[in-house]
Amino acid sequence: MRKLIVLALTCALVLSFGATVGAKVLKLALDADPKTLDIQEQLSGGTLQFSHWVFDPLVRYRQDMSFEPRLAEKWERIDDLTVRFSLRKGVTFHSGNPFTAKDVKFTLDRFNNSPDFKGLFEPFAESVIVDDFTIDIKTKKPYPLMLNMMTYVFPMDSIYYTGTDDQGKPKDALLKVGYTYAKTALPSGTGAFRCIYREHGVKMLLSRYTDYWDKGSPGNVTEIILAPIKEEATRVAALLAGDVDFIMPVPPQDFARLKKDKKVELFTYTGGRIITVQMNQNRLEPLKDARVRQAIVYAVNNAGISKKIMKGTATVAGQMSPKGYYGYKESLVPRYDLSKAKKLMKEAGYAKGFEATMIAPNNRYVNDEKIAEAFVSMVSKIGIKINLKTMPKAQYWDEFDRQPADFQMIGWHSDTEDSGNFYEYLLMCPGKETGYGQYNSGNYCNPKVDELTLACQSETDLEKRAMMLQEIEQIIYDDAAYIPFHWQNHSYGVKKGVKAQAIINTLNFPYLGDLVVE
Amino acid sequence: MFAFIVRRIIQSIVVMLVISFIGFSVQHNIGDPVRDMVGERVSVEEREAIRDKLGLNDPFWTQYIRFVGNAAKGDLGTSYFHSKPTLQVILSKAPATLELVLVSSIIIILLTFPIGIYSALFPRSLFSKIVMGFSTIGVAVPVFLTAIVLIYIFGVELNWLPAYGRGETVNIWGWETGLLTWDGLRHLILPSLSLSSIMLPLYIRLIRSEMMEVLETEYIKFAWAKGLNKNRVWLVHAFKNTLLPVVTVFGVEIGILFAFTLLTETVFQWQGMGFMFLEAVERSDTALLVAYLMVVGGMFVLINTVIDVIYGFINPMVRIAGAK
Repeated sequence: MRKLIVLALTCALVLSFGATVGAKVLKLALDADPKTLDIQEQLSGGTLQFSHWVFDPLVRYRQDMSFEPRLAEKWERIDDLTVRFSLRKGVTFHSGNPFTAKDVKFTLDRFNNSPDFKGLFEPFAESVIVDDFTIDIKTKKPYPLMLNMMTYVFPMDSIYYTGTDDQGKPKDALLKVGYTYAKTALPSGTGAFRCIYREHGVKMLLSRYTDYWDKGSPGNVTEIILAPIKEEATRVAALLAGDVDFIMPVPPQDFARLKKDKKVELFTYTGGRIITVQMNQNRLEPLKDARVRQAIVYAVNNAGISKKIMKGTATVAGQMSPKGYYGYKESLVPRYDLSKAKKLMKEAGYAKGFEATMIAPNNRYVNDEKIAEAFVSMVSKIGIKINLKTMPKAQYWDEFDRQPADFQMIGWHSDTEDSGNFYEYLLMCPGKETGYGQYNSGNYCNPKVDELTLACQSETDLEKRAMMLQEIEQIIYDDAAYIPFHWQNHSYGVKKGVKAQAIINTLNFPYLGDLVVE
Repeated sequence: MFAFIVRRIIQSIVVMLVISFIGFSVQHNIGDPVRDMVGERVSVEEREAIRDKLGLNDPFWTQYIRFVGNAAKGDLGTSYFHSKPTLQVILSKAPATLELVLVSSIIIILLTFPIGIYSALFPRSLFSKIVMGFSTIGVAVPVFLTAIVLIYIFGVELNWLPAYGRGETVNIWGWETGLLTWDGLRHLILPSLSLSSIMLPLYIRLIRSEMMEVLETEYIKFAWAKGLNKNRVWLVHAFKNTLLPVVTVFGVEIGILFAFTLLTETVFQWQGMGFMFLEAVERSDTALLVAYLMVVGGMFVLINTVIDVIYGFINPMVRIAGAK
């Protein structure tokens, strides 16, 4: 019965959209809708996008990657381990409950129950509430990335998510499998939009929260109808047909079409996900030789891949860190030079080349399979014959861990938006005990890189830290520790009049609360 | 009839056991469901802990026997992705698929019978020739191409019909139907046309050739000789005898229609079982996969049983043979 009422209300709501004067409805089509309503259950782009619409973080990134105060108004470091945050007053949750420091602590504590977030929040110690609007957030060791991490903290309504639900289960439960309250109940956040209806995988309705604290927001969208459209061609067709107003992502093969069409506009923004191929030194003897690895990097025309395969939807990379990150070093550019590559191969004693194997996913990154194929044909020019196998992501990661091939593709986005994360997971010496280099299937191991990366983790002098990060970037560049391809761009297709340019960013979290529609 | 049904039930139990076994063996090669549940960066230990909790680390036979035991009680497991009982997930998606197949079947019947009969009766007419020409091409065009072309023509260029989704649906006793709203019907047109397109050409050809064959038989000649009205000869004597093989094929073909809903539903973001299945494969939601195989397997057994019964009514000879 309740379901019926909800449905009737929804229908009434949908129908009334057209009738209400001044209402701005945004029909939004994503490749997939958020997997869960419990924003702490899954660490994924989709969940974080949703968090930015229905919740608000303590701080968030601006387009230039500086920090913008949101629910935290001010902060100051009071000692090596503590940063004191002053919280915004007069903010209410969608349930009507007031927002206080208790909610921040509740949210931080709850991360510890989440398998996905637990690791990221490992550096943090128990936070201390000073008063209703002041909280001391502490770390176990001096920690330079405090603010980066606060972009993940979307305070949840502690009153709403405490107690027991009608099934007698605790409301704050966080489980990966099976029912929990937070997963199914409509969320209570402080964000610009309330989630008022959700049919998983089919539709979600967001309605502007009338008591939203940010009165300065230019956003004028009053309702969002969110529907997933998985099939790329259909998603584009829906935009061109006018069935939806905003799509993301846009498949590269349709960029030209969107640019040509006068009814729609295309926006792209450089992202932070680097696509690389790792060369497994433990499996293949020649790859132990830095000259061979350099030769391979020199043989790869990654600029050509960005242009021809990615159709300009990627920014060609010569290093791990995208521009704007502390580790980014202007001088580390892509190095395509086939004759130099041949020379290096000769020097290393492999003028005739060798045979190797490679695996790559075929539905994880944009055009991953095509990139792998292009790579194979490029290195064949220096005599390396690669036997390539591609597979869907569902199978890929287990294979990746087993390291059955000499070359393995991996894309990486730094969770902390900081260079250190790349080195820690992809380039530090892999070790079961240390837990570092967890995705370093190239088995590249350089004690200097390890030492610097670890030092960066607790260096709070940001300038000094940047120097160290750039030093690492230089070492792995010279060592040719991996093969860089490009950073994927984010892409958005919108109907004319949807001012998307102002709300998109490197993180692929379009701030729809601030979106202006004419 | 009773013996027939009992035998059918026993047969179907065996079939279901075989399906469950195959499904269960396959799932181990499809990928690790835990991988998709957690973020990409979650540690091996965390994943192992979740696997243990889900019983995914138990030996194959333990898992299989547990599954069959639960299935016998009507519990087909819990979907890893949806966090709901799989049966509930499948049943909530079933109306969309069933309506799509139903409307496609109606389109097929409404179009193929008149066209097939016409082109059998007047094989030399221009219309028949055009139809035959198109059907040759039609057989060769894959369904997703038809679908995309239809979307671009009617959705994007002409802007007559919506390009994706089911549109507005009405809930009637738990059945989400799109058949009762104007918007829902508009959304149905392109997907059902695409889906029926895989069988239209084949079916027109089948009916045509069967009909032509029947028209050559002795009893039709006799009917003519008796001086019967031509409509009676065509529609009662000839057409009725054309039906038998056509119905048999239709039974099998409904299965194929279901199989092709996978593609059609994906292209149109049609929230049915086929779409759900492909997503489950991508997410290695193995519990949902096996449950889907069981449900669809069960449905096939049911459809074939019904077809056999209908068969018996059309041609009593089959019933006698089946009852021995």
